[in-house]
Amino acid sequence: MNGQQIAATEKKPFAKTRQFFSDLAKGSILTKISCVFMGAGQIGRKQFVKGAVYFILECLFFYYLISFGLGYLAKFGTLGTVAAPEGVWSDELGHFIYPKGDNSFLILLYSVVTLIIIAAFIILWVMNVRGNILNDKLVAEGKKVSTIKEDLYSFINEKFHITLLIPPLLGLLVFTIMPLIFMILIAFTNYDYSNLPPDKLFTWVGFENFKELFTGFGVSGGSGFGVTFLRVLGWTLVWAFFATFSNYFLGMIVALMINKKGIRFKKFFRTMFVIAIAVPQFVTLLLMQKILDVDGILNVILGTNIRWLADTRWNSLIPRIVIIVVNMWIGIPYTLLMCSGVLMNIPADLSEAARIDGANSVQIFFKITLPYMLHVTGPHLITQFVGNINNFNIIWLLTGGGPIDILKYSDQAQSTDLLVTWLYRLTTDNPVRYNIASVIGIIIFVISAGLSLITYNRSSAAKNEEDYQ
Amino acid sequence: MTNVNNNSQVAVKKHKKSNLGIKALDTAANTLIYVILSVMSVLWVLPICYLLYTAFRVTPNTGIINKLFPEDLQLGLGNFIRLFKDTMFLRWFGNTLFVATVSCLITTLFVLMVSYAMSRLRFKLRKPMMNVLLILGMFPGFMSMIAVYFILKALGLTNSLFALILVYSSGAALSYYICKGFFDTIPRSLDEAALLDGASKLRVFWSITVPMSKPIIIYTVLTSFISPWCDFIFVNTIINDRETYTVALGLYKMINAEKSSFNENFTVFCAGACVVGSIITALFISMQRYYVEGISSGAVKG
Repeated sequence: MNGQQIAATEKKPFAKTRQFFSDLAKGSILTKISCVFMGAGQIGRKQFVKGAVYFILECLFFYYLISFGLGYLAKFGTLGTVAAPEGVWSDELGHFIYPKGDNSFLILLYSVVTLIIIAAFIILWVMNVRGNILNDKLVAEGKKVSTIKEDLYSFINEKFHITLLIPPLLGLLVFTIMPLIFMILIAFTNYDYSNLPPDKLFTWVGFENFKELFTGFGVSGGSGFGVTFLRVLGWTLVWAFFATFSNYFLGMIVALMINKKGIRFKKFFRTMFVIAIAVPQFVTLLLMQKILDVDGILNVILGTNIRWLADTRWNSLIPRIVIIVVNMWIGIPYTLLMCSGVLMNIPADLSEAARIDGANSVQIFFKITLPYMLHVTGPHLITQFVGNINNFNIIWLLTGGGPIDILKYSDQAQSTDLLVTWLYRLTTDNPVRYNIASVIGIIIFVISAGLSLITYNRSSAAKNEEDYQ
Repeated sequence: MTNVNNNSQVAVKKHKKSNLGIKALDTAANTLIYVILSVMSVLWVLPICYLLYTAFRVTPNTGIINKLFPEDLQLGLGNFIRLFKDTMFLRWFGNTLFVATVSCLITTLFVLMVSYAMSRLRFKLRKPMMNVLLILGMFPGFMSMIAVYFILKALGLTNSLFALILVYSSGAALSYYICKGFFDTIPRSLDEAALLDGASKLRVFWSITVPMSKPIIIYTVLTSFISPWCDFIFVNTIINDRETYTVALGLYKMINAEKSSFNENFTVFCAGACVVGSIITALFISMQRYYVEGISSGAVKG
């Protein structure tokens, strides 16, 4: 790409905005009125329903803003200044009265909500003005403006994507995007056990939390936090590596064995493994936890006394290996299913042609079957790796992150904790530290997003969407 | 049979001697494979056998036993009777069934809608939107859980099953990827023909694409139906009323609420796990074919 092209692509949005405002300036009086009273232009051109909808939405927006939103948004910069005072005894009522102070948590939450609503309103406003400009054009050309029937029909035809996308995206906005923005903002505050609303206030601290995580010293004056973080991160990556590759290669080997020509009872063997998938994961994991207990059945059968999930020797090596082995028990059947599917899809003419050319089955395997499998399931490997970085269930249900090793870990981290389980514990167990948990969440995101975007952009799916037609 | 055929084909070009050698090697390899597969099958089935054994073990009814087959061993249906009589299992079961059914319907519909829009319709923000969805899916869900809890609280929905349905189905748009890959493979010429005949895009979606997507729909229904049966983390945060527990949380609490109850309730827990497990297993086995199609098509295009 040369300089000119870059300039052109960068210029584009501004050009559009300029066009929009010049159209607006040249627009009819109806268009100008509807900048203030949304829908007026539409009503003036007898699009009554459309105009009424715009106007009602505008009224609702301002009502919300004045009665509720602005009050919170005004305090967004400080997250509240008035801490809740002590309770006062009331003889009349016979109990303590707690005067209300500012609640930093609610201020932050409702500010985010209000900002999103304002953004939505701006989009609505632009749509309204655009509609009016379009009407101006139609009138100038002597054409009729669209009727309500035509408008509604367009939502199942030209504008069908809007109809299809709005309900799912609305759900996403409320339950994923809004909470995420909120939690990202938390990473820049001192929201922890010593500043819990509603009794206390928390406020912005900039990058202090990140600094604490990477240096070990920060707002709370804790030491060793950075070291703990590196230990947990290290184990998370080691775990993800072993968990992914052990499952992938062993699963593939099992799939190849079952699907080998001349092996009978294929269906029987496959079913044996598939049953393991069908049992809900939390059941198998809790069961494994019980089997591997010090008093559990495995030690009874072996006649040993090994603390499979709680031994802290050698950097908690035994629990760590056990976790990876249990994960193999859970994961291999998935790989097996996937690889069986892929094996059946290998174009038969490839191996036929090779056979006619005199290749034996070993050569066919190494020159055709294996490369094909690796090529097709390669992207899956990265997905699995990211999935394992975030594999909460297996750690939480097997060891709960334990065993505790206070010599090496601080701030509630334990020796088999992954970043996600540590994050979870920081938000649920006392002393809670939401700010640090958010920082960890952001780091997990950066790792997983980086890996996934690389794969996604390299995979053929992104580039050649239409190849499969 | 096929093996013999292949070898005889090769024999045309190769010496008979080496052919015999390959055959012997093949038999040896097969024997080894049978041994490995049998051992592995046993390893994979044993824990499940232990689950069944514990579920039917009426006495001793503790989690800890000092022998695999203790002297006072008694098998029977006692644990299942305790499960249905003494715990609220039936209620939890109903809750989960309700949540799973409704959320799987919504999820499937949402996934189909988003996938269709991304695969078939061309609009301005399509590519950026696909990237945003991909990125959003990578944030760990736990991170926003507390915020979700407070949003639900602001809506007055905590401790209700509707909250669970909302939470489970609201993320549907993020898992459009596999389904979109499937839609990409359906020939466009059909759509175009219908559009030329004056059908609206809604009709094309509903009467052409959806009926042709049976495997992927079944895959989506299956996975979204199963997930509420297995999740306990979100339920744990959103719901703290025993009446509105789901099966997973109920069973989890049964042995994890206090350390002491681990031992007492373990056999009952296993009975409950058997009930849930057998339902999911039945569903799974009956639809295994579609599941394989689903994950392997995801892999091919992923």
